[in-house]
Amino acid sequence: MEPFDFVEVKVPAKPEYVGVVRLSTSGIANRMGFSYEDIEDLKVAISEAITNAVKHAYKETDEGEITIGFGVYSDRLEIMVADHGGSFDLSNVKKDIGPYQQNDAIEDLREGGFGLFLIDALMDKVEISSRYGVIVLMTKYLSENEVGQDGDQISTTQ
Amino acid sequence: MNLTIDVTNKEHKSVVSLSGEIDAFTAPKLKEELLPLTKEEGKTVEVDLNNVNYMDSTGLGVFISALKSTKEHDSELKLVHMQERVHRLFKITGLTEIMNIDSTVQGGI
Repeated sequence: MEPFDFVEVKVPAKPEYVGVVRLSTSGIANRMGFSYEDIEDLKVAISEAITNAVKHAYKETDEGEITIGFGVYSDRLEIMVADHGGSFDLSNVKKDIGPYQQNDAIEDLREGGFGLFLIDALMDKVEISSRYGVIVLMTKYLSENEVGQDGDQISTTQ
Repeated sequence: MNLTIDVTNKEHKSVVSLSGEIDAFTAPKLKEELLPLTKEEGKTVEVDLNNVNYMDSTGLGVFISALKSTKEHDSELKLVHMQERVHRLFKITGLTEIMNIDSTVQGGI
């Protein structure tokens, strides 16, 4: 099995912790040598995943936790977001995502629903499982001209 | 990780200057401030995003509902001084087609 570091973060399922996880993600990605643009993409993707977990999984009650696992590999970052609360209807969520089409009426615009679409657009690989709660697994690869985790140089990507 | 909202009211125009991050935590506060402004007929609501360095889909949602409200109440919504990173989300989601966004993007070097 290929070696990797694993970082786990657990936060209450509340909107005020979305920013906390975003900062942790940014720290880990920065350490791995991701470019500024990629770190910004990761920050949006992780925030969308946490926001979804906060919104869908704990509608009923204010309590609950979200577990975030970071798999730090030499060539990629894998992020797992799991809520162990009630699950939502995945097919229902999936059919609701996608970019705005020019012929869509403004009245029909969804005010939510861009979250999963953005995760998909910003990450290299996204898998969702809804068997036990909802688990989102998303991966972003370090591009070749970025510095690997053992690199001690300054990234050349500008 | 907070959002400061400053509203300056002129006769037919409100300027909403934002500073900070728009996410699941701060978006509800923004919606609460922004929506009532769009309900005045003939009014232009200009949102200055120069100091917004982070935004996600929760922010897009707020601006979509504000835009809808301007259509209902015959007012106007303008987003100005948007940072390149924020503008990117509007591009990816296709919202640049329907939003009035100032094209002079700031923050890009």
